[in-house]
Amino acid sequence: MANGSSSEAFVEFERVQKSYDGEKLVVKDLNLSLPKGEFLTMLGPSGSGKTTCLMMLAGFETATHGEIRLDGKSINNIPPHKRGIGMVFQNYALFPHMTVGENLSFPLEVRKLSKSEREQKIARALDMVQMGEFKNRRPTQLSGGQQQRIALARALVFEPELVLMDEPLGALDKQLRESLQFEITELAHRLGITVVYVTHDQTEALTMSDRVAVFDDGRIQQLAPPDELYEKPQNSFVAQFIGENNTLEGVVEKIDATSCLVRLDGGEVIDALPVNVSKVGERTRVSIRPERVESNLDRLHPDAHTLPATVQEFIYMGDTFRTRLNVAGRDDFIMKTRNAPDQPRLKPGEQIRIGWLAEDCRALDA
Amino acid sequence: MTDSATTPPRQPMAALPGGEVTEGGPMLAADGRPLKHSLKRALRREKLRAFLLVSPLLIFILVAFVAPIADMLFRSVENQIVSETLPRTVVALREDQNLPEAAPGEPVYEALYTDLFIAAEYKSHTRLGSRLNYEMTGLSSLFRGTGRDVGRFDTDIYTDQFVEAEPALEDPVAWSNWMADDEIRAALPATADAWDAWVKLTVEANEDDPLEEDVEDFVYTALYRDLSNGAAPAGFPDVDVSGFESVSIKALFEESDEDWVDPEIWQVIKTYSPAYTDGYFLNSVDMMNGPDGDAQWRPADEQIYLKLFWRTMWMSLAITFSCILLGYPIAYLLSTLPLRSANVLMILVLLPFWTSLLVRTSAWKVLLQQQGVINDTLVWLGIVSDANRLALINNATGTVIAMTHILLPFMILPLYSVMKTIPPSYMRAAKSMGANDWTAFWRVWFPLSVPGIGAGSILAFILSIGYYITPEIVGGTEGVFISNRIAYHISSSLNWGLAAALGTILLALVLTLYWVYDRIVGIDNVKLGG
Repeated sequence: MANGSSSEAFVEFERVQKSYDGEKLVVKDLNLSLPKGEFLTMLGPSGSGKTTCLMMLAGFETATHGEIRLDGKSINNIPPHKRGIGMVFQNYALFPHMTVGENLSFPLEVRKLSKSEREQKIARALDMVQMGEFKNRRPTQLSGGQQQRIALARALVFEPELVLMDEPLGALDKQLRESLQFEITELAHRLGITVVYVTHDQTEALTMSDRVAVFDDGRIQQLAPPDELYEKPQNSFVAQFIGENNTLEGVVEKIDATSCLVRLDGGEVIDALPVNVSKVGERTRVSIRPERVESNLDRLHPDAHTLPATVQEFIYMGDTFRTRLNVAGRDDFIMKTRNAPDQPRLKPGEQIRIGWLAEDCRALDA
Repeated sequence: MTDSATTPPRQPMAALPGGEVTEGGPMLAADGRPLKHSLKRALRREKLRAFLLVSPLLIFILVAFVAPIADMLFRSVENQIVSETLPRTVVALREDQNLPEAAPGEPVYEALYTDLFIAAEYKSHTRLGSRLNYEMTGLSSLFRGTGRDVGRFDTDIYTDQFVEAEPALEDPVAWSNWMADDEIRAALPATADAWDAWVKLTVEANEDDPLEEDVEDFVYTALYRDLSNGAAPAGFPDVDVSGFESVSIKALFEESDEDWVDPEIWQVIKTYSPAYTDGYFLNSVDMMNGPDGDAQWRPADEQIYLKLFWRTMWMSLAITFSCILLGYPIAYLLSTLPLRSANVLMILVLLPFWTSLLVRTSAWKVLLQQQGVINDTLVWLGIVSDANRLALINNATGTVIAMTHILLPFMILPLYSVMKTIPPSYMRAAKSMGANDWTAFWRVWFPLSVPGIGAGSILAFILSIGYYITPEIVGGTEGVFISNRIAYHISSSLNWGLAAALGTILLALVLTLYWVYDRIVGIDNVKLGG
C-alpha cells in the first residue's frame, strides 16, 4: 500500500491540482492511490483541501490539472451522474419532499430498474441499516442518527463500488457518532466497498480507517495506517495535528542512522530519533507523546539523557494522571501517566527528572 | 404479609409542595396553586407588555385601514339616502296600491310635496337625484328641476283661505301654542308633522326664529288635508274647509315635469326606498332590479362589469405566468451563484423598486407605441413592414408587458429566498445517485422550489388583480382592469356605492382564490424564505 500508483489501484489521483481563483492552489500536486476495498480517511483542518479532493472525485469540481482515475479509467471528463459513486453528505441531503422509501428508490428509478427489483433492493438496504420499518416516514420525522442511516442506505442501495462520505457524522452527538462509526466500518468491510471518508475529527479517522491521509495546505502531509500515523508522524504538522504532543526546539548536535542528539535552545541535550533531519547543525523540532514521557528513570536506558522538570499542575483524570511540567523553559509540557498504585501523585512545585526512549522522541522539521 | 400495625397508613396524595403531582389532579406549583394558574400569572405581564408594544400600530391599522375598509364595504349595501330625504313619500308609497301599473295616488304626491320642499331647502334633493340617476337616467334633472319649482307651487291658495277664515292662523306664536298641545297634535297628525319639519327647517337650515317667520304653505296644505278628514279639535280654530277651493298636488307635479306621473319612475323610487339594497351588487354583475322587483340582466349594451372581471382575472393570470416564466431562471441563477455576484445581480432585480412606478410605466409607453423604439427597430430589421406596425400599447398586450415588468421583483424575491434554502448538496446527492442535470432539477430542485412559486404567484396575482396605475396608462380601453372602473366611480361618477360593491366582489374573489389555493397547494407550503 505504497503511496503512488500501483497496478491494482482502484482510485488514483495523479498530479492533481485545483485552483478556484487562478491565483491560489487549494490542492497542490496530489498523488494518491487506493486499492479496492480500502477505507481511506482524508483528515485535516478546514481549508486544507480535503473536501475539494472529495468533490473532484465525485465530479462536482473539476481538476485544474492532473488526472483522476477510477478503476483504471480517467474520469476527468465524466459527469458526476455517470461515475456511479455513492455519496453521503454531512447534512444528510435526504430529499424532504420524498419518503424514506422514495429517497431510496430515486437512484434505482433513474437507473430504470423494475418495481419489484426496486422494492427488493430498498428493503435490503433498509435492513442493512436496521431502518426497515421507517420506509414510509418523511426524513423530517426522523432523528439525526436515523437520517444519517437512511442517507447511508441511499448511498449504498444502488450498489456502488466506491462510496464517498463528507463528514457524515459531524452533526451528531458523541455517543451516536461512536456507534455509527462502528456500523459504517463494519458495513463497508462486509460489503467490500471502497470508502473515501472526509473528517476533521482525528479520533474518527483513527478508529475507522485502514489508512489516513492527513491534509494540510493542499498537500497530503502523511498517508499511513492509524497506528503509524500516531506513533511515527513524518513531520511536525502531523505530530501536532494527531493526538496530544509535546514539542521542544533545538539544533542537531550529533546524528547517525538510528539516533541523534539534539541540543535544546535552553542548553540541555536529549536523545531523539532522526526523521526529518539529516545533518549536524540543522534546526529541529522534537516531538514526544505525553504518555511516552517517563518519570521513573529506572525504566530508561542507563545512559539515556534526562531533563529536570518542575511540576506546575497535577490533574487527576480517573484512569490517568495529567501532569503539566516546566521543561526546558516551556511550561506546557504534558506528562500522562497511568493511575497505577506505584505511581506518585505529584504536587505543584515538586522537582523531578524526566526522560524517554530515543525512538519515542522524533526529530522533525523545524 | 407485613404487620399492618407497623406499616404507616397510606397518605392520600395531595398538594405536595415543590411541583409534585397530586394523584389525578393538576400539577401544583411550590405555593400549592395549580401550576397552570401560576404560569398564566407569570405570563400576564409579558402579554401586557407585548400588547402595549403593538398597540400603536394596532390602533393605526384599525383607524387607517380596517375602519375605512369596513365603511367602504358597508356603502355597497347602504341606501339610506332615499328614506332619509323622502321619509313621508317612502311611507306613503308603501301603502299605495296603484303601482306598478299606474302612477300613485294623491297622498303620495302630498307626502312628496312636503319632503321635496324640505329637501330643496336643505339642497339634499340633488344628491338624491344623483343617487337615483345611477338606477335610471334622467332622475337627476327631474329632481333638480322640480326642486326649483316646489317653492312656487300654487298651494298658497290654502294659506290665503285659512288666513281669511281665521286671522289667528297667520300668527306663528299661536301655531306654536297649538302644536304644544298633545290632543291637537293627535287630531291633526299631518299638520303636526309638517309644523315640526318647518320649525326644524327654520332653526337648522335658515337659522331663524320660527316664532318670527311666516308659516310656510306646506303646513297649511297639511292642515287642509287633516281638516278635510275630520273636524277641528277643541282649542283649535274651527275652520270649515268644505267650501275651500282646492288644488291637486299631483297636477302641480305633473305641471312641473310630466315624468312625475310616469309609473316607471315611481317604481325606481319604491325599489330603492329600503335602507339597504342589493342594487349596487346587481349592477356590479351587469344585473338590475326589474320593475317587478326581480333581478334581471341589464340590456346587452350596458353590460360591462362581468367582462371586466373576467378580463382582470385572465390578464392577472397571464401576468403571473409571465412572471414565473421570466423570474424562475433568474432566481435559480441568483440562488446558485456565489453570494458576491448574487448580491450584484440582486441590485439589478431591486433597481425597479427605486424607480418611480410612473417613470417605469411611461418608459414602456415610449418603447411600445407604434412609432416607438421596439416598432422602429422591428421595421428597421425588416421583421414587420412599416404599414403593419405592431399594436403593443393601449391594449391588453401593453398591460401584460408593463405589468410583468413591474411585478417581476415580487416573483423573484420569494422564489430566491426559497431557493436559497435548498442546500446545494441536494442536487449533488441526486447527481451522485445517477440523475442527470434535468432529472435532478425536475425531481429534486423543482418540487422544493414550488413553495416559492406559490408565494410569488399569490403575491403577483393579488397585486395585479387590484393594480390601477399601469393599466390606466398603458391599457387603453381593452387593457384596463376592474380597478380602473372602481377608481372611475370613486373619483368621476361619484357612485361610491357601486365602487364599494365592485371592490367587495374583488375582495371576495381574491379571498376565494386564496382559499382554493390553500386547498390545492396548501398555504403551509408557501414560504417567503427561511
